[in-house]
Amino acid sequence: MSVVFKKPHALTDAVLHYCPGCTHGIVHRLVAEAIDELGIEGRTIGVAPVGCAVFAYDYFTCDMAEAAHGRAPAVATGLKRADPSNIVFTYQGDGDLASIGTAETVHAAARNENITVIFINNAIYGMTGGQMAPTSLPGQVTQTSPYGRDVNHCGYPVRVCEMLATLDGPEYLERVAVNSVKNVRAAKKAIRKAFQNQIEGKGFSLVEVISSCPTNWGMSPVKALEWIDEKMIPYYPLGVYKDRSAGREEAK
Amino acid sequence: MKGNEAIAEAAIQAGCRHYFGYPITPQTEVAAYMAKRMPKIGGCFLQAESEIAAINMVYGVASAGHRVMTSSSSPGISLKGEGLSYMAGANLPALVVNVQRGGPGLGGIQPSQSDYNQATRGGAHGDFHLLVLAPASVQEMADLTMLGFDLADKYRMTAMILADGTMGQMMEPVEIHPREIPECDKSWALTGTKMKREHNIINSLSMDPYDLERMNVERYERYAAVERDEVRYEAYRMDDAEICVVAFGIAARVAKNAINEARGQGVKVGLIRPVTLWPFPKAPLLAAAEKCERFITVELNMGQMVDDVRLAIECRRPVDTCNRTGGVIPSAAEVYSAIMGAQKGGAAK
Repeated sequence: MSVVFKKPHALTDAVLHYCPGCTHGIVHRLVAEAIDELGIEGRTIGVAPVGCAVFAYDYFTCDMAEAAHGRAPAVATGLKRADPSNIVFTYQGDGDLASIGTAETVHAAARNENITVIFINNAIYGMTGGQMAPTSLPGQVTQTSPYGRDVNHCGYPVRVCEMLATLDGPEYLERVAVNSVKNVRAAKKAIRKAFQNQIEGKGFSLVEVISSCPTNWGMSPVKALEWIDEKMIPYYPLGVYKDRSAGREEAK
Repeated sequence: MKGNEAIAEAAIQAGCRHYFGYPITPQTEVAAYMAKRMPKIGGCFLQAESEIAAINMVYGVASAGHRVMTSSSSPGISLKGEGLSYMAGANLPALVVNVQRGGPGLGGIQPSQSDYNQATRGGAHGDFHLLVLAPASVQEMADLTMLGFDLADKYRMTAMILADGTMGQMMEPVEIHPREIPECDKSWALTGTKMKREHNIINSLSMDPYDLERMNVERYERYAAVERDEVRYEAYRMDDAEICVVAFGIAARVAKNAINEARGQGVKVGLIRPVTLWPFPKAPLLAAAEKCERFITVELNMGQMVDDVRLAIECRRPVDTCNRTGGVIPSAAEVYSAIMGAQKGGAAK
């Protein structure tokens, strides 16, 4: 019998700690598949965030660093500058990347730092038990917005891809989702491209993955995937926000 | 050469090829020097978006097993505190330079030693220490920078040069020679597995309190070795001293002038100058307490090291203080007056 489906080599045998229905597992797998397919595991270094994915260092077989909250792009900058032949990626959530680490994110993008950033946007702080995130939707009920996010009181969500697209620096910005087979396949393609770009020395590549958090959204896993279509994607439209190399090609 | 430039050149000679920093007076010459030199020797100078980013870039390079440094001045060091704590937790070697200015808050830009407590107590959350070196000349700015890299590697901890604005800005002749970098095992570093070994993890998180306790205890065993083997200090005219002045950095230089003047008046006074502020030279101070009847600390702060002196001599002798703060340097006349006051058996003030 031929093997048609197996665990990527770039994932360890550790049992993931994520909640039932959480999409972190899917994205971990997509990252690992990309690492396998590109044959870069031996020279890849990952940087884990603070948040639900903090234990990512136990799940990937490549060398891993754990960064302080929000600082992964700065740590990745150091790792990449130390040895530019290595492939360095960060894996960060919305609180990490778009709140406490906004400066590190923006400036790594502005420098076109040759790293790959996997950005999980699930509109909530999962690890600490469901507080309002910089990407929580207007009206969204969380532990720290119990009456719904009031934009007059605490402002509007941050659209990371759109914000970074205003910079000249970044090479590639794309927003994907993992709530359907079709979307997962598109997400895989984007993540692989974000690594391929780094191999080719093109620069800062960020893939924002619209993800679900059934536990803290208070929904069943299936309902949470539907909520992505109903609420998240309308606010965070999927698509390519920047692809400098492609743009240059078109200009020819 | 300026003290700040001496630090930069010494770092390069010590094999440091990565520098990350953010402009702040009075240490900016370190960054300016690095910006000129690093590209010419295949190194990396990068102006970070913040002190926080700079120390985390340091964390990244240190994780990769390379020698790396950042420099700043007092308010910037506070911002680096988070990174210093994480680096301690992850057992990462690096060199951090603090060319101190007056505080608290934005403070001023004149020389100060008011970050003594911050530096010698780690400077951020958690159980940890920095290895703190206090230069008192431009030559020592260079020498201690080189030593700092070696000790950081040896003990897998962050070393800090705790200078003051005077040391950073003053010019003196200095000799900096390339030196051999001691062999050091960095098999823990993130170099890529090359598919030949299990993955390395650089991390300061542990969910099991017993595990975390074990790691902290292990770290303090290393600290104990540092306290045993790495204490450095200068004893000046201490042989027959009955009064012991304790001062570091620029304060020690001022104190020497005052001591020489008092010696001219027949006062038996000497100086113990800690070169390592952590580990603190407890044993020499305790030994001095056998003969010296009185101690005087001279500091550019409201009196911080004085507590460590009292602890070191187990409160056996009275300790006077001679302090100026806010960026003011005590004059030799002020220290002289403190010595004469101590000689009469009471505080000068």
